[in-house]
Amino acid sequence: MDERFARILARVPAYASEMRRLEDILLTNLVMVAEIPSPTFGERRRMEWVLDRLSQYRLERCSTDEGGNALGILPGRTGERNILLVAHLDTPVDDNLDHTVMLQPGSVSGVGLADNSLGVAALVTLPLALNALGVELESNLILMGSTRALGRGDLAGTRFFLNNTDLQIDSGLCLEGVRLGRLSYASIGMLRGIISYRLPDEYDWTRFGAGGAIVSMNDIITRILEIPLPRRPRTAIVFSSIEGGGPGSKVPTHAELQIEVRSDSGDIVEDLHRRISNIAHEVASLAGAEAEFEVIARRRPGGLEFSHPLPERARDILTALELPPRISPSTAELSAFVDRGIPAMRLGLTSSEDLDEAYERLDIEPIAVGMAQVVGLLEAIDQGCCDHE
Amino acid sequence: MSKTNGWLNSNTFHHAEFRDLQRLVDEKERLGLTISLCIPTLNEEATIGKEVVVFRSELQQRYPLLDEIAVIDSGSSDRTLEVAAAFGADTYLASEILPHLEPKRGKGENLWKAIYQLRGDIIVYIDADIKNIHPRFVYGLVAPLVYRPEVKYVKAFYDRPLAAGGGVRPTGGGRVTEILIRPLFSLFFPELSFIIQPLSGEYAVRREVLEAIPFPIGYGVETSHLLDVYTRWGIEAFAQTDLDQRVHFNQPTLSLGRMSFAIMQTFLSRAESLGVVGGLPELNRVLRQFQARDDEYEAVEFAFTEDERPPMIEVAEYRTKRSTSNG
Repeated sequence: MDERFARILARVPAYASEMRRLEDILLTNLVMVAEIPSPTFGERRRMEWVLDRLSQYRLERCSTDEGGNALGILPGRTGERNILLVAHLDTPVDDNLDHTVMLQPGSVSGVGLADNSLGVAALVTLPLALNALGVELESNLILMGSTRALGRGDLAGTRFFLNNTDLQIDSGLCLEGVRLGRLSYASIGMLRGIISYRLPDEYDWTRFGAGGAIVSMNDIITRILEIPLPRRPRTAIVFSSIEGGGPGSKVPTHAELQIEVRSDSGDIVEDLHRRISNIAHEVASLAGAEAEFEVIARRRPGGLEFSHPLPERARDILTALELPPRISPSTAELSAFVDRGIPAMRLGLTSSEDLDEAYERLDIEPIAVGMAQVVGLLEAIDQGCCDHE
Repeated sequence: MSKTNGWLNSNTFHHAEFRDLQRLVDEKERLGLTISLCIPTLNEEATIGKEVVVFRSELQQRYPLLDEIAVIDSGSSDRTLEVAAAFGADTYLASEILPHLEPKRGKGENLWKAIYQLRGDIIVYIDADIKNIHPRFVYGLVAPLVYRPEVKYVKAFYDRPLAAGGGVRPTGGGRVTEILIRPLFSLFFPELSFIIQPLSGEYAVRREVLEAIPFPIGYGVETSHLLDVYTRWGIEAFAQTDLDQRVHFNQPTLSLGRMSFAIMQTFLSRAESLGVVGGLPELNRVLRQFQARDDEYEAVEFAFTEDERPPMIEVAEYRTKRSTSNG
């Protein structure tokens, strides 16, 4: 093993101990940011908070771009490399939900914490962490709270920055609240879309029946489920949400189904896109109705090999922190880096038991380990330990 | 009213004016001031942890503005004190401070006992039920006392836009303020009607003032403070700071009715003792409210007597403690 990396590995456990001393600051940042509602396309107040925080921590060039991202730079000693650290600002939570955070010994509860208030809190706390640990990077570290990552946002903030920055980004790290130990370095192919089914005003009830849009949407789902999916490359179809009808006894004239196709193969994603679109149109035409399959987000499959030094170093760091690394593909921020061929990884920061509910509870104690992992990997990237030979 | 208009301009602040915390801490240290934060609680385990963490990390660790953070509890049945202590606050049961005194239960009791227990030259009181907690709730109130020696009592007010348009944004208090307190002040103490939110539960006060005024133990404490400080030191002793939005739990109308009943008792007794109103009969101390059950109305009666603690300076143990600590 490279001597430089061996030294990093040796000190990473001590980082975790040191990070516990910054726990109050990180929790403060978490509470303050998590209580700002930030639905996709509505991240402005959270962006302003991040900018304010980065300015207070004396980062340089604190600014926002036309993508609405909040940015600051921690200049490196030489500045020969640029490392981009990203946490998306939007949460999958309606802004009318109660965003009060509850802090208890050992845990923190609230909405949108895992995805991704904790990632944002860790991002803005990182300059203080590096300072407390005495870590001074050679590379420039660009911290970015990105907008419009989720749903229809389709990673627009990160894509905008990567497409328009005049800096050459050499590596990227994406911070997510959970789960600590989970490493993502490859993006699966993904297509997210909404099937809209609508009965026309002049619908002929005598000819096509009074089943309505919900029954027809059920037919569409049944037909989609009949599509044979290969075991390899791994492929799945996820039915995310369904809406239709209204109060009273009216026959529903409109229904919507959100659907996500995921596969290791981009060709399969495209094939399934075509098939699902055909099913929707066929069911609609048989009933004299209209259907549309609108694609709202796409990811191309790709990323780093298992043997690439970046994920390899990340696994070593987790092992040094006595955490078993778990590999999982990502459909998140990482894809924006994959599209531009930039080596990047997604890291989780803590553990949680209540992720299926809107009101999440995260464990506080592992966050220090999660932060130590981030600092260790930043150092490894900075010192060239993750370069492909 | 031109004098009070002048006061409104010179003594009304926005918290953003004080966001240079290093400057504030430097000035505090130059003056040799100590500042204590008191959070009175009763069953606040949901919000107390984050309040303590935010104030401790921002206003003690990053900027040493606060010399102590204390939670004074009325006897919570939940884990309020345990949570507060876990995140580093000093925790006290109000009943264990000056324990030989007859026990009384109410927010005012906790505020009063804080004067004995805490050591700051300035005490800042913050309620524990704030949902959007931020360090500004403390530094926005403390700063006018640090920068302006003539100011003795700083009240919070909040941005509560009732309507927007035409460049005018009405900012006012809650329902009890606008329906009860502001009309009363306008009638009898017009200068006090310039205080935008007289009932806000957040304020910072110099010890020399706190120890010299009596404390109703219930809802009347804020009203009595304003009347007593105004009577003794005039409107110039006050300042007020806009802390932007404060998100908290709204109280039902019947609770506000009970609050108003207690405040009226305090107001009338103060007004009478000051000679502003006279010839009052003995006041009835029972409030009757109604609730509907099926087709019938049911009267629910609440008996309130707004009990009061004397000025702390009149308590012998306090004088002894202060002379010892000052000596």
